[in-house]
Amino acid sequence: MEDKLIKQISIFAENKPGRLEEITGQLKSAGINIRAFTIAEAGDFGVLRMVVDKPDKAHGVLHDAGFTVSETDVLGVEMSDSPGGLHDIATVLGANNINVDYAYAFATATENALLIIRVDDISNAITVLGGAGVVLIGIEEVK
Amino acid sequence: MPEYWDPLIERMPVEELKKVQEDKLKQLVRYVYDHSPFYRKRFDEAEVSPDDIQSLADVKKLPFTVKQDLRDTYPTGMFCVPQKQVVRYHASSGTTGKPTVVGYTENDVKEWSTSLARGLTSIGVGRGDVVQVGYGYGLFTGGLGLHYGTEMVGASAIPTSSGNTERQIELMQDLGSTAIACTPSYFLHINEVTKKMGVSIENDTKLKCGIFGAEPWSEEMRRRIEEQTGIKAYDIFGTSEISGPLFTECTYQDGIHIWADQFLIEVIDPMTGEPLPDGERGELVVTTLVKEALPLIRYRIGDLTIINSEPCKCGRTHPRIMRILGRTDDMIIVRGINVFPGQVEDVLMSIPEVAEHYQLIVEREGELDRLTVQVEVTENVFSDKISDLMKLEKKVGKALHTVLNITGKVELVEPGTIPRSMGKAQRVIDKRNI
Repeated sequence: MEDKLIKQISIFAENKPGRLEEITGQLKSAGINIRAFTIAEAGDFGVLRMVVDKPDKAHGVLHDAGFTVSETDVLGVEMSDSPGGLHDIATVLGANNINVDYAYAFATATENALLIIRVDDISNAITVLGGAGVVLIGIEEVK
Repeated sequence: MPEYWDPLIERMPVEELKKVQEDKLKQLVRYVYDHSPFYRKRFDEAEVSPDDIQSLADVKKLPFTVKQDLRDTYPTGMFCVPQKQVVRYHASSGTTGKPTVVGYTENDVKEWSTSLARGLTSIGVGRGDVVQVGYGYGLFTGGLGLHYGTEMVGASAIPTSSGNTERQIELMQDLGSTAIACTPSYFLHINEVTKKMGVSIENDTKLKCGIFGAEPWSEEMRRRIEEQTGIKAYDIFGTSEISGPLFTECTYQDGIHIWADQFLIEVIDPMTGEPLPDGERGELVVTTLVKEALPLIRYRIGDLTIINSEPCKCGRTHPRIMRILGRTDDMIIVRGINVFPGQVEDVLMSIPEVAEHYQLIVEREGELDRLTVQVEVTENVFSDKISDLMKLEKKVGKALHTVLNITGKVELVEPGTIPRSMGKAQRVIDKRNI
């Protein structure tokens, strides 16, 4: 199961100019590549979530720079980059009563798109998605 | 380690103590009337003469003095001795108005140090202890006050003053500080810096207690400091006008002992000036019974407290005052409701997710006051789910509303954003132009 999990880095940031620049600057100088990225905003603050090639290093660098950082296990789900691709995944999760806390997706150079999801029951999600023939991208493939 | 600095005085039966106070009060009014044109005029205007003061109860016949009197007579218009008898001056920073100057005779310095020697002894600090004095040295009374008290009990003083935090921590380890005296907010900052340096106060230092004051702090803050650092946190009280830091709690942490042979305290209704009975909350009024250079008669310090005249479990018979959570001039009025920063701190610190650094911001939008409480989000509580963070905001907002009856906006901010203070923390930013 471990190899199917992706360690997502989450950062608490105040919603004001320059904060993103500060965070990305830290990652840049540490030579960390961002593979997926999203900002969720909630008024005065936001939570930045990202999948990077070296999550432990990213965590350390941002923590030392004084940021509030956490690591969260998420799943990287491969889906067909065609109409109905997301629907297929949602159907498997819905049918198995698995709730999606949040998700973000991006297209890749291949014919597949990648969906990052945080769910309430991660081990069950791995089982049912695997059972439905869905490919999960592990941490090794993100690097 | 002796239990008392001066057992005879500290454990004196209450009735005898009152007799001592009565004699000293009678001498005092005669002394100020004869030595200070200011007091003579004040007494004459109030139509009271030293002969009218025959018992402790007569103190209420005397007029109050206030900080403005010290400002009006700046620098030394209220002094009762010529300059050649003054061995020390201190002065207030004047942040809230014109500065004030306080002078001390040789005996005044001795009485001041004695008061602290009793307090330090009551928390188990004495010969063999190393006291790191992290209050500012200079015109501010904190540093030198604690310094002299420390030397009097035979402990070693390290005059670090405030600031240069990493050096403070090195000295704490290298010289084996067993006690530290500073503002509670500065100690929190020291604790933060020790963590960054990979030092644990509990495991890597000999620190056993802290003597914290010069700003209001709450019982909840005490609990946190003690839990996080393994030391005992004691409250100290005093203000430059009556000498400086003077009084501490004892190991029972059940009120601050006010030495009755040196000071006479009352609590009054701040609106009417009428004395209030023991146990009622009001404004503290202090009469200095033994000061020579600048005696103060019924001085309105502005702190709100409650007097407890019951002898303490430690055996000391002198009256105690409850921890001071606010001053009349710290109070902010938000939408017509009186808010004391200490009250807010008590609420915030009772919520485990809220870190020790916080700030209140009061603004005015149109005709309406707006209160914003900023709290820092630390990694211990950070959830990457927005809904959890929103829940925290709501929880804090609800707790404040329950206690203060004010709806405030709660703002979560990044750690380190709220300014750290080396001296008195600025917890309230009032941006209203009233």
